[in-house]
Amino acid sequence: MTELAATDPLPKPKRDLAPILLPVALALLMIPLIGSPSSWLTLTAASLAMGMMIFIMASGLTLVFGLMDVLNFGHGAFIAVGAYIATLVLAPFAASVQADSLWMNLAVLGPAALLSMAVSGALGLVVERVLILPVYGQHLKQILMTTGGLIVAEQTLYALWGPQIIPMPLPTSLRGSFIIGDVAIAKYRVLAMLIGLAVFIAIQLVLNRTKLGLLIRAGVENREMVEALGYRIRRLFLGVFMTGSALAGLGGVMWALYREQVHASMSDELTVLIFIVVIIGGLGSIGGCFIGAILVAMVANYGGFLVPKLALVSNILLMVAILMWRPRGLYAVTSR
Amino acid sequence: MSDLLKLSGVHTHIGRYHILQGIDLAVPQGQVTMLLGRNGAGKTTTLRTVMGLWQASSGEISLAGKRIESLATPDIAKLGVGYVPESMAVFSDLTVRENLVLAARDGPLDDAQLDWIFGFFPALRRFWLSRAGSLSGGQKQMLSIARAIVEPRKLLLIDEPTKGLAPAIVMALIECLKEIKRKGATILLVEQNFFAARELGDNVLVMDNGTIVHRGEMAALAADVPLQERLLGLSLETHQ
Repeated sequence: MTELAATDPLPKPKRDLAPILLPVALALLMIPLIGSPSSWLTLTAASLAMGMMIFIMASGLTLVFGLMDVLNFGHGAFIAVGAYIATLVLAPFAASVQADSLWMNLAVLGPAALLSMAVSGALGLVVERVLILPVYGQHLKQILMTTGGLIVAEQTLYALWGPQIIPMPLPTSLRGSFIIGDVAIAKYRVLAMLIGLAVFIAIQLVLNRTKLGLLIRAGVENREMVEALGYRIRRLFLGVFMTGSALAGLGGVMWALYREQVHASMSDELTVLIFIVVIIGGLGSIGGCFIGAILVAMVANYGGFLVPKLALVSNILLMVAILMWRPRGLYAVTSR
Repeated sequence: MSDLLKLSGVHTHIGRYHILQGIDLAVPQGQVTMLLGRNGAGKTTTLRTVMGLWQASSGEISLAGKRIESLATPDIAKLGVGYVPESMAVFSDLTVRENLVLAARDGPLDDAQLDWIFGFFPALRRFWLSRAGSLSGGQKQMLSIARAIVEPRKLLLIDEPTKGLAPAIVMALIECLKEIKRKGATILLVEQNFFAARELGDNVLVMDNGTIVHRGEMAALAADVPLQERLLGLSLETHQ
C-alpha cells in the first residue's frame, strides 16, 4: 500500500461516462438514417418526453428492487390508480381545464397530480404492509402476491368506474406545438420533459446530498450492514415504497394526459417497458434508470419510424444488447 | 473485572443446521477476547448471533446486564456495539467520507476522532472522496474498522480482520487494534492469524462444532504448544 502525505491533493472520484454518452451517440447516429432534421428533432423530443414519463414511473420500482430485493409485479396498479384519481379532480373542473389560460389549467392539474400521488402513496403503504411484508425474501411468493394485487386493483377500478375508456383531454394551453423553423415540438412533451428532469434532479439531490439518501444508497448495496450500523431499514423501505408508488401515480396522470384517455389496464403496455428500464439501468440505480428510460423511448420512437415491423421487439433487442455489454445493467449497484 | 458481554446456553439454527450448540462465554470489560477455532466451528455465527443478524433459537445474551437476544440488529447497534464483518461490507458505491458519515450515527463526524483514525490509516484521508469500491482489500478493511470506531462503542465485534491481507498491512492493523485496546475498548475478535491473536488477545475462547472447548488466558495458550495442537490442530510457532 502506498501511503501519501495528508497534504497531497485528494483524488477526484472517477465517473463512468459510457452509459451517459450512449443515448447521445444513438441520437447522433440517427441523424443520417432519418434524413430530415425536422423529423429527427421531433422524434428526439418525443423520445425525451416519453423517456421522462417512463423514468418517473420506474424510479420507485428500481429503488424497491435494489433496496429490499422485492419483485413488485403490481407496480402498474399505482399508475392506473393515479390516473383514475386525477379524473376525480379534472372532471368536475372541466371548465378550468378547457379555459384558455395556462394558470387556470395548472391550478387544476397541480392539485389533481398531488391528490393522485397522495392516494397512490397511501395505497403503497397498504400494499407493503398487507401483501409484501409477509413474503420478504421469497421471490416466487412476491410475484404471486403482487400479480394478484394488480388483478384485484384492476378489477376494482373496473367495478368503480366501469369498463369504458374515460377520456382525459389535455388542457387547452398544453395543446398544440412550439414551432421553431420547420420543427414542431408538442407543448405537453416539453412540460413532461421539465417535470421528468425536475423529478430526476430532486431524487439525485436527496440521494447524494442528504443522510437519508446515503442510507438508501447504502441499503440498496447491503441492507444488513445498514442495520448493523443502527438504522431501521424496514422503515426506510416503507418510505421508499410509498414514494415510488406516489411517483408511479404521478407518471400515471402524465401518461393518461399524453394518451388523453384512462382505462383500468392502461399500465399493461407500460409494465414491460418499466421492467426493461429497471433491468438495463441496473437494479437500484437512479442514474441507470434515467438513461435506460431515455434509451427505451428512443428505440421505440426511432425504431417505429425507421423499421415499424421491428417496433414490437426493439426494446427486447435493446435489453439483450445492453446486458451483453454490461450483464448487471448500465450502472451496477447491487451484487444481484 | 466485570463481564460486558455474556452468552449462556445459546443455540442458533440456520435453516435445518444446528450451528451453535449451547455456547457459554463471557467477554470482560476493557479486554480483548480472542475467538479461535477451525473453519466451520461457529465463530462467525457467534458474532452474528450477538449482533442479532441471526436470531438465537434459545439461550440468553446480555450486554452490560441488559438482555439483548430478542432485540433487532439496529437496537443492538444503538446500545453501543460496533460490528466489522468478515466480508468488510463497505458500501462500495459511497465514498470513504460517506461511509464514515453513515457510521457516525449520533451526529456529525468528530474531527479529533477522525485525526486519530487517520493516524493509523492515512490512506483513508488520501482517498476521502474516492468510492470505497475502488479501494484495495487492505484499505477496505481499514475503512471497515474505522467505521466501527468513528464513534465510541462499548463493544467491538471484529471478524477475521487480517484475512487475505499482505503482511505489512496485517502489522498496521495489529498496531491499530492495539491502540484501540489501549483506549480501553472491549473487543471480541475472531482471528485465524495466530500471530495476531497472540499479539492482541488477553483471553481466548476456542470453539469446535458449535461449542466452546477451551477458555483461558491467551498467554497461557500461546506458551502451551501441545494444547494448541490438540485444540486447533496447529501450533502458534508454525504460524509466525
